[in-house]
Amino acid sequence: MATAPENRSGSSGREGAVDTDPALPPTAVDEAVRESEDSKWTPGKIALWAAISLLGGMAWFMLAIVRGETVNAIWFVFASVCTYLIGYRFYSKVIERFITKPDDRRATPAEYKADGKDYVRTDRNVLFGHHFAAIAGAGPLVGPVIAAQMGYLPGTIWIIVGVVLAGAVQDYLVMFFSMRRGGRSLGQMAREELGVIGGTAALVATLLIMVIIVAILALVVVNALGESPWGVFSVGMTIPIALFMGVYLRYLRPGKVMEVSIIGFVLLMAAIIGGGIVAETPWGADIFTLDKVTIAWGLIVYGFIAAILPVWLLLAPRDYLSTFMKIGVIVMLALAIIVVRPEINVPAFSEFASRENGPVFPGALFPFLFVTIACGALSGFHALISSGTTPKLIEKERQTRFIGYGGMLMESFVAIMALVAAISIDRGLYFAMNAPAALTGGSVETAATWVNSLGLAGVNITPELLAETARNVGEQSVVSRTGGAPTLAVGLAHIMQQFIGGTAMMSFWYHFAIMFEALFILTAVDAGTRVARFMLQDSIGNFVPKFKEASWRPGAWLCTAIMVGAWGAVLLMGVTDPLGGINTLFPLFGIANQLLAAIALSVCLAIVAKRGTFKYLWIVALPLAFAAVVTITASYQKIFSPTPAVGYFANNAAFSKALAEGKTEFGTAKTVAAMEAVVRNTAIQGWLSVIFVVLSIIVIATAVLATVKAFRNRGTGTEKDNEDPALPSRVFAPAGLIPTAAERELMAEWEKVPANLRFERAGHH
Amino acid sequence: MSAGLAVLSSGFRGFARYLSGVLGADAYAKYLEHHRASGHSGPPLTEREFWRDRTDRQDANPQGRCC
Repeated sequence: MATAPENRSGSSGREGAVDTDPALPPTAVDEAVRESEDSKWTPGKIALWAAISLLGGMAWFMLAIVRGETVNAIWFVFASVCTYLIGYRFYSKVIERFITKPDDRRATPAEYKADGKDYVRTDRNVLFGHHFAAIAGAGPLVGPVIAAQMGYLPGTIWIIVGVVLAGAVQDYLVMFFSMRRGGRSLGQMAREELGVIGGTAALVATLLIMVIIVAILALVVVNALGESPWGVFSVGMTIPIALFMGVYLRYLRPGKVMEVSIIGFVLLMAAIIGGGIVAETPWGADIFTLDKVTIAWGLIVYGFIAAILPVWLLLAPRDYLSTFMKIGVIVMLALAIIVVRPEINVPAFSEFASRENGPVFPGALFPFLFVTIACGALSGFHALISSGTTPKLIEKERQTRFIGYGGMLMESFVAIMALVAAISIDRGLYFAMNAPAALTGGSVETAATWVNSLGLAGVNITPELLAETARNVGEQSVVSRTGGAPTLAVGLAHIMQQFIGGTAMMSFWYHFAIMFEALFILTAVDAGTRVARFMLQDSIGNFVPKFKEASWRPGAWLCTAIMVGAWGAVLLMGVTDPLGGINTLFPLFGIANQLLAAIALSVCLAIVAKRGTFKYLWIVALPLAFAAVVTITASYQKIFSPTPAVGYFANNAAFSKALAEGKTEFGTAKTVAAMEAVVRNTAIQGWLSVIFVVLSIIVIATAVLATVKAFRNRGTGTEKDNEDPALPSRVFAPAGLIPTAAERELMAEWEKVPANLRFERAGHH
Repeated sequence: MSAGLAVLSSGFRGFARYLSGVLGADAYAKYLEHHRASGHSGPPLTEREFWRDRTDRQDANPQGRCC
């Protein structure tokens, strides 16, 4: 890493402190010019925004007010896109104006720390795609599917309103503040802003949350691949494909990333098609039909080996593949939804919206819907990506609004499309697929009987439909394929076959969807294990210095084994859970993710307060308060609720009592061993909830204390500013997707500057 | 007709360039550009060395992927 040049001009981080080179054109659009451009409302501009507002308003009206038999999927697209545009144009500008106050005269880390490797100025549109690919994963594809139990409207409102007021705000602020601090990580910022106690609590919470998130993502894959020879074969083939790509890039043709990605993509498609052929053969079905426990063990062994292998061999090529797939799939899904425009017959609010005993996930709409959909509305995990990598690549300060806020809006759109795909399938099929086997009984007949007994309006499913769906997607059964991924895959296959290929292609589209979800998740498992291992090594290193050496193999292996053991234990617990696993664990995933968001927002709150912005503190305080209330209420109910389906300890007590009374079966647990497993699992889940919520309350409390202290000290100038010193910029680039007139003018001026004057010659190397 | 083709091909090239930027395939070119612009005295890393160094640094400094 390069060091910053010594001759820093401008002593403080405040505006107006940087003197840019007079020999160069201005590095920022003049404040007054930008203001007038912004506030001048031409008739065209007024008409455009009026049209967007009208269309958006009409779409919301169709979704929320009109109660027809069906609603067309296109209204979801209009409602979301119009709301995003309005949020981006108006709300994010309020944040920019009153909170972040970017100054394009200041150099970004990519400029003053430029090293051509980690710190590289990157075109804003490319960086937008890069950042989006880094934040989008399996989360926004799974959460909305599970939340569809409540009907489409609660999830839709939370995804769209949540992202505008909470998720995108978090991503933008964390990115901006990290950029002002040379690309420091969330953990480092927490320590600086909140002190030792808050910082340590944030670190421990992050580590635990990482373990839970990796475990539950892995559980989604296990559930998607269990008893599916086709899925196991094609997902398994990604390992040799990635190894081949790694060797190709390292030894055969270094640097030919695009070329190897295309080769890898073709091989991936071949693996999907080949999987269908292999699964048809008796030997293929024999070898690749694996039960969930075997797959879970396979994943644990894979996780350990993948995390100790060098990055070039497995992780880097997998990253290329998954970026390629991500962009392709999302564009395809958007196109398909717009072209096919499926009719949705799920009600706005389902029968389960007002109850707390839903079969897919237990608990009342508030707070559990808001934790079930984390990614897509408010995802704390993004704070780890928005601090660190992306801030080191930003060209100009003003671009953070487009990349940070805009990038998260994009992810929210992915979540909306996943929701549309999930609700476009038959409602009876949805419940047959997403309820645990303990309820459906596992066979098509019992599942159909159970679903029809729920008394859902308009639902009358036949065993034949369940069997036919399984046949169409090339699976032995679709009953109780929980975890969200199979449902999304069926939904996607259902929409895509109307677009390309018809019913004959359905099995391909289904396995294509399973493949890309598994690809994202396996990459996240590998990378998450590595990051967690590093954090652990660093922490142990405070006591045993040898552990801090990243190259010390025994230390790295031991810490990897500990982390894999930790998430592996949670994974096995979920796989073998007699209560169904994903439906008891998924709320924990959402709670963990949003507690991380609360931690990130707490850090932002303290920073904004220390900068002396109290009038607009509510912009941060609002999402923080909401996330805190939702997650703490959810945790409270998970810990203290007397309803066994909701409260971990209530369930624990019920099963302990049954065991003590000498019963040999209780509820959905049919054996004494299963009952003992429930007692063990609920205790672990309960205590994990306790630890998470306590750590998060500590972090939030320290942030509130720091904020109060900053308020008392306001105007005295005693609050320490942790920003890097302001350095003058020597480049210019527009802030958003389309340059404004003033920006184009300035760009033209910069075009005339001779190249040797343009970039600062770094003093290092 | 040929004008249409030219627009199509330049559009495709632009898309390919964008995709390679998003994938990070242009990292070596950007490194060379930086190396030239910052007036280093020594020769730049070769393409092979650069990519080795890049993945090896990822080994030593892992980054999370999102869920």
